[in-house]
Amino acid sequence: MISLNINQKEYQIDVNPDMPLLWAIRDIVGLTGTKYGCGVAQCGACVVLMNGQAVRSCVTKVSRAEGQKIVTIEGLSENNKHPLQLAWQEIDVPQCGYCQSGQLLSAAVLLRENPNPTDQDIDDAMAGNICRCGTYLRIRKAIHRAAEIQQKGIKNG
Amino acid sequence: MAIWLGVSDRGFAGKMLNISEAKNFTPYILVEASGGITIFNIKPEMGQGTFQSIPALIAEEFEVSLDQVTIKQSNGEKELGTQQRAGGSSSIRTNYTELRKVGASAKEVFIKAASIKWQVDAGSCYAENGKVIHKPTGRLFTYGDLVEEASKLELPKEPKLKDPKDFKILGKSIRRPDVPLKTNGKAEFGIDVQLPGMLYATIERCPVIGGTLKRFDASDALKIAGVEKVIEVERIMGRYHSIGVAVIANSYWTALQARKRLKIEWDTKGFETFNSSEYENHLRSLASEEGLIDKNIGSVDALHLQPQNMVEAFYETPMVAHHPLEPMNCVAQVQGDKVEIWTSTQVPSTITGTGANDLHKYIGFAPDNIKLHAKFIGGGFGRRLNIDYIIEAVNIAKLISKPVKVIWSREDTTEKGPYRPMTFSQLKGGFSEDGKLVAFQHKVISPSYQEAMRTDFDKTKADGIMVEGIGEQAYEIPNIKTSYVRADFHVPVAAWRSVTSSTVAFAHECFIDELANKAKKDPLDFRLGMLSKSSDLKRVLLKLREVSNWDNPLPVGKGRGIAQWEFFAGLCAQAVEVTYNPDKSIKVDKVFAVIDLGEVVNPDNVKNQVEGAIVMALGAAIKPGITLEKGMVQQHNFYDSPLIRINEMPEIEVHILAEGGKVKGVGEPGLPPFAPALANAIFAASSKRIRKMPFDIGNV
Repeated sequence: MISLNINQKEYQIDVNPDMPLLWAIRDIVGLTGTKYGCGVAQCGACVVLMNGQAVRSCVTKVSRAEGQKIVTIEGLSENNKHPLQLAWQEIDVPQCGYCQSGQLLSAAVLLRENPNPTDQDIDDAMAGNICRCGTYLRIRKAIHRAAEIQQKGIKNG
Repeated sequence: MAIWLGVSDRGFAGKMLNISEAKNFTPYILVEASGGITIFNIKPEMGQGTFQSIPALIAEEFEVSLDQVTIKQSNGEKELGTQQRAGGSSSIRTNYTELRKVGASAKEVFIKAASIKWQVDAGSCYAENGKVIHKPTGRLFTYGDLVEEASKLELPKEPKLKDPKDFKILGKSIRRPDVPLKTNGKAEFGIDVQLPGMLYATIERCPVIGGTLKRFDASDALKIAGVEKVIEVERIMGRYHSIGVAVIANSYWTALQARKRLKIEWDTKGFETFNSSEYENHLRSLASEEGLIDKNIGSVDALHLQPQNMVEAFYETPMVAHHPLEPMNCVAQVQGDKVEIWTSTQVPSTITGTGANDLHKYIGFAPDNIKLHAKFIGGGFGRRLNIDYIIEAVNIAKLISKPVKVIWSREDTTEKGPYRPMTFSQLKGGFSEDGKLVAFQHKVISPSYQEAMRTDFDKTKADGIMVEGIGEQAYEIPNIKTSYVRADFHVPVAAWRSVTSSTVAFAHECFIDELANKAKKDPLDFRLGMLSKSSDLKRVLLKLREVSNWDNPLPVGKGRGIAQWEFFAGLCAQAVEVTYNPDKSIKVDKVFAVIDLGEVVNPDNVKNQVEGAIVMALGAAIKPGITLEKGMVQQHNFYDSPLIRINEMPEIEVHILAEGGKVKGVGEPGLPPFAPALANAIFAASSKRIRKMPFDIGNV
C-alpha cells in the first residue's frame, strides 16, 4: 500500500510503485483535474505541487510522492477564489480549458516566489506549459492581474 | 407542467408540451411552471465559446439574463435535432437570426399570455428578466407563472426583434459561464469520465500507415497483474480501415505496460516503402499536368503576355497534426443491443443520427439504441469531426461486459493521423503592357480530402474543398484560372482548422505580394488597386491600413507584411511586423488583425479566438510538420512535433468590424492570413522570399 497526502487528505492506494503519480491521482484516487497531455514532461498539463514545488506528475513515480504534500488543482483554493483563479475568471483566460490546471499551478509557484513578475519572468516560468488554443497573452495578463489582487489582499490583511 | 420553445424544420418558431412526441422540431428553451428556465446549447463547446454565445442569442430576445437560466450542453438527443455539430465556424453565422427569432417569439407568447390573464392589451405589457410586467399598474408574472396560458397560444411566425441599441447581452464582452469550471478542475472532459467497474484500454496500431494486423501473441502481456483481456479492434475512418490490438486492464498505466509486451506481426501491404519526401517530389512533378478546372474566368490561355511581364512561383505547405491537448479518448459500454458512449466530440448528431454516414452504420446498432454523453472538448480543430476513435471503443465494448475507456497516448495521437494533407500550389501572374494585373492562375496539387472521407467520391471532378477560396477572392482580375491536380494518397487526412485555406492562402497571398513587388507597388496599394468596387475586403483592408499604421515607415531592420483571406468561414486581414536581426533571425513583433463579422455576439471571445488562430498558424508556419519514412510517421510527441510556447508570442491586436450585413464566422478566419502576412513581412525586412512552410525564422 502506498499512502498519499493530496490536498490535505490521506489516501491509501494499492498500486505498482512505478505507476506515475498522474495516473494514481486520476485513475485510482479519482481526482481528474490534473490532466494527461503528453506523458513525457513536455506539456505541463500534469503539473501538481509536491511540497510546494511544481512537478510533472506524468514522470514522477507514485513511490516518490509517498509521504509528500501534494496539491492538485482541486486544492489550489477552497472556493475557486485564489488570486490566480479570480484573475483567470476576470479575464476569461481559458478557451477549451484542458491545459489550465497545469498553467494555474505553475503560475501559483511563480507568484509565491516572485510576487511582482515581469513579462520575462512570466515567460521563463510558464514556457513549460503548452496551450494549444493559444491563450498565452491572456495567461500573461492574468498573472499580472493576480499579482495585483495578491498585493491588495496582503495590504488589506 | 413545462413548455418547450424552439424551431420547426421549416424554420418557424414553435412549441411543444411533450418533447418526446416532437417531430421535425428543435427545442432551445424549456420553461417550467416551477420557474426554472433551461436553454440548450446544441453546438459542442471546444473553447470557441458556444456555451455562452448560443444561449446569448436566445436569452437576449427572450429577455432573460444568462444568470437566470441553466445552460445545458446537448448530447445528441434526437429531440434536439440534427444540427448538434460544431465546425466550419458555423455555429453563430448559420443560426444568428433564427436563434434570435426563437427567443423573440417565446417572449411574445409569454407577454400575450400575461395580457390574457390580466385582460389587458398586450401592448401595455413588456418583458424583462424573465418576467412580464403590466406597465400601468406594475403588476407582474414570472414566465413560470404563465406556462399554462402560454401553452394554449400560437407562436408568432415573424416576431419583432430587438433594436441593437437595447441589447443587454449581444455585442457585450460577457464572461463565459464555463470558465470557472475550467479554473478549478471541475470541467469534465471525455478523458475524465469515470464509471463504476470501468476498465481502461490502450491500442497498438500498425506503425506503418496503411498496414493492418496479421497476428499477435499476448501471452506476456496477459501475465501483468490487472490485465483483463487482449483483443483485435478495427479502426474505420472514411475509406481507411485498419485492425490493431487492444489491451484492456484495470488502469490505463497497467494497460500501457502490457501493451509494450505484445508480440505483433503486421501486414504492411507494401506501404513500408512509402517516404513522404519522395511523395512530395511526385507532387512537384504533377505541376505540369493540366488538372481539373475549378474556375475559368475570362480567357487566361488566350492572352499573349510578354514573358518579361509574367511571374511564376511554386509554393509548398506540409502535413500538420491537430494536437488537441486532450488526446483522443472514448468510453463505451454495450449492454445487449444498446450502446452508451461518453466522449469529447464535435459531432453529437453523427453519433446518434440516422444518416448513411452516421455512427450506427459502422457499429451495427440502431440509432435509437445509441446514447451519448457529450463532454467538454479539450481541443477539436477538426480532429474531433471524425468518429474513428469512437468506433474503436465501441468495437472493444462489444466484447466485454463492462464500460471501457480507450485512451490514445500522445504518441498514438501524433503517429496515427489523420493529418492536414500537404498542399502545393503553382502560381502564375501576368501584367499587361501598361502594368495592370490581367491574368492569374492558381493550380493546387495535393491529396484529396473528399476522396479520403467518402467512398463515393467522383475523381473526375475537382475536389472543391482542396481549392476553396482561390477563385473567389474579391480582387478584380479579368482573367482567372484555378485548377486542381489530385494525387493518390494512402495516409488518412482530415480538416485542420480552416481546412485548405490554411495552406492555399499562404501561396495565394504571398504570390499577390510577389506580383506587387514586380509592379513596384506597395503591397496594400497593389491590393486596393484591384478593389475599385466597394466590397467587404476593401472595407477590411482600409481598416487594417489605419489600425496598423501602415503608411508610417518602420525603422531600418524592421518589416511589415500584409495578407487577407476570405472563404466559407469568414474574412480576416492581418498585418505582421517583424525585426530582422543581424544574426539573420526574425523576431515576430506584432500582429494586427481585422476580422469582419457583420454582427458580434461576444467581442472578447472573438479576440480570444483570433489570438488562438494566429498562434496555431504561427506553429504551422515555423515548426516541423509531419513526415513519413519507411511508411511510418517520424514525429511522436511534443519534443519532435513542437507547439508554440508563451515565450514565442508576438503582441496581437484584434479589431472587429460588425457593421451589419452578412454574419461571418469566428473560429477559423484568423488562421489563413497569418503565414502569408508573416512571410510578406520577412520579405519586406530581409528581401528573402519564402515559398515553403515550415520555415526557420532562426535563420532566414
